Order: sequence, then C-alpha cells, then structure tokens
Amino acid sequence: MRNLIACVAGIVFAIGLGVSGMTQPSKVIGFLDVTGQWDPSLMFVMGSAIPIYALAWFARRRHVPWLGGSKFPKPRADLDWRLFAGAGLFGIGWGLAGICPGPAVTILGRPTLPAIVFLAAAVGGMLLYRALDRPKPLTNIPSTSR
Amino acid sequence: MVINDTTMALAGGALIGLAAASWLVLTGKTAGVSGMLYGIVKPEKSESGWQASFLLGLLIGGIGLSLFWPERLPDLAGGKLWVFGVAGLLVGFGTRLGGGCTSGHGVCGIGRFSMRSIVGTCVFMATGVAAVYVFKHVVGV
Repeated sequence: MRNLIACVAGIVFAIGLGVSGMTQPSKVIGFLDVTGQWDPSLMFVMGSAIPIYALAWFARRRHVPWLGGSKFPKPRADLDWRLFAGAGLFGIGWGLAGICPGPAVTILGRPTLPAIVFLAAAVGGMLLYRALDRPKPLTNIPSTSR
Repeated sequence: MVINDTTMALAGGALIGLAAASWLVLTGKTAGVSGMLYGIVKPEKSESGWQASFLLGLLIGGIGLSLFWPERLPDLAGGKLWVFGVAGLLVGFGTRLGGGCTSGHGVCGIGRFSMRSIVGTCVFMATGVAAVYVFKHVVGV
C-alpha cells in the first residue's frame, strides 16, 4: 500500500516537473543565466511548491503520520562544511547540465544517451561518496559495473 | 509568453508541492529525490521499497510526458557526453555530501523552515548561477 502511494506520488511529482518546465535543461540553464537572457519563470515553481508543503508541515508536524510511524523529526539546524561544499558542488553540476535528480529520472521517459550517462554518473558520484564516507575500508566494495 | 511560463511554473510547482506534502502527511518522510537515489546505492531495509516505488513513479510520469506532451522532455541526443558525465558526478556526489537537492532542500527543507536547507538552497543556486556564467559566457562548454 505504502509503495503504491509512493509510486502515485512519484507520478504526480513527475507531471509537476514536466508542467513547470523543470524537465527542460535549456529552461533551467536560462533560469540560472542571470547575466544573460534571464528566464525567471522557474522561480515560481518553488513559489507554489514551498507554501503548499509548509502548510502541510504546520498542520501535521505535531501529529503522527496517517500511515503510522514516528513523529516528524525536527530539521537539523547546524551548518557545517559538508553542507557548503556539497551544495556548492551540486550547484555546479546543476548549472553545467541543467538537470537535478528528480528530472534526471523523469527525462528517461525519453531515453537518450546523454540522459542515461547523466543518471549513471550521478549514481557513480553517490557510490564515490559512499566509498569515501566510510571511516574504515570496506569489506564489500560495491561493484561499479552496472 | 512570460505570463504563460509563469502560470505553468506555478501549476507545476503546485503539483510538486502536493505530491511532496501528501508524502509528508502520510508517512512523515521527506520527498527528496537524491536521497531516494542513494537508497538504491545504499539500501536500508525499511526505506528502499518506497524509495524505489517513488522513483518508478517519476519514471512512469516521464513516460507519460513522452507520450502525451513530448515537447516537455528534451531531446538531448546530440549533447556532449563528457558534460553530462561530469555534471552527473557533481550532482550525485554533491547532493550526498550536502544532504539534499532541489526537492529535499529546496522544497521539503525550506517548507519546514530548516536553516540547513535555506542555506543549502542559497549555496546551490549561487554556484549554479556562477557555473552557468562561466560555462556559457566565459569558456563556452
């Protein structure tokens, strides 16, 4: 049941990405191109998504989720170098290709080699993070051959 | 035309917000896509089922777009592969180091007024703008 709902939420999320223009890398790059032909329209994606999410958060944050489970964890408030370095690197990659993780999956609805390369490389970057993040050497090194 | 793009962005954002908010209300979980992808790289028993299902939903939605609204999905076929490879690596590594992407920090995090997410979103917006400036106007990738 939970998985079915997750799947439906993913479908609605993907349609939202498509409707908003987030699945078009040229449009994303146009949004980030503030010194060129700036296209500010994508700002309004967050402009409507965040208030809706915040409303749900305020209404339900002191309650248990409808499908059960623990109460919502309080968001972390600390700032560390990982946040700055990680968000910084992500932004560079985002600006380079105009693709962030949600659209990276959704654009495979039209599978092209660059789209596949992008997602494979993103998973590779996560594998790299996983390998480096371990305090001790791994005993089972994940295979990178996919 | 600008008004049209703006209304579409608002409508699409509303769908994204609804999907993420429903997931929060139902399960208490953050709908962060980079975190879900990491769930495939490093599965956790209680999480990997819904994470894979959500990702499958994103793909099904993408297939739906390709059938009914193909102009919303880019034809990237002629793109430089090394650009997509480098960008993907940075996105994958950076989102894990920074703990989120546009959905996790940008929508769910800011929607919960998380200081980390507000700062993180400002940082990736800033480096995104800087990257586009350098790659488009200085070196021309």
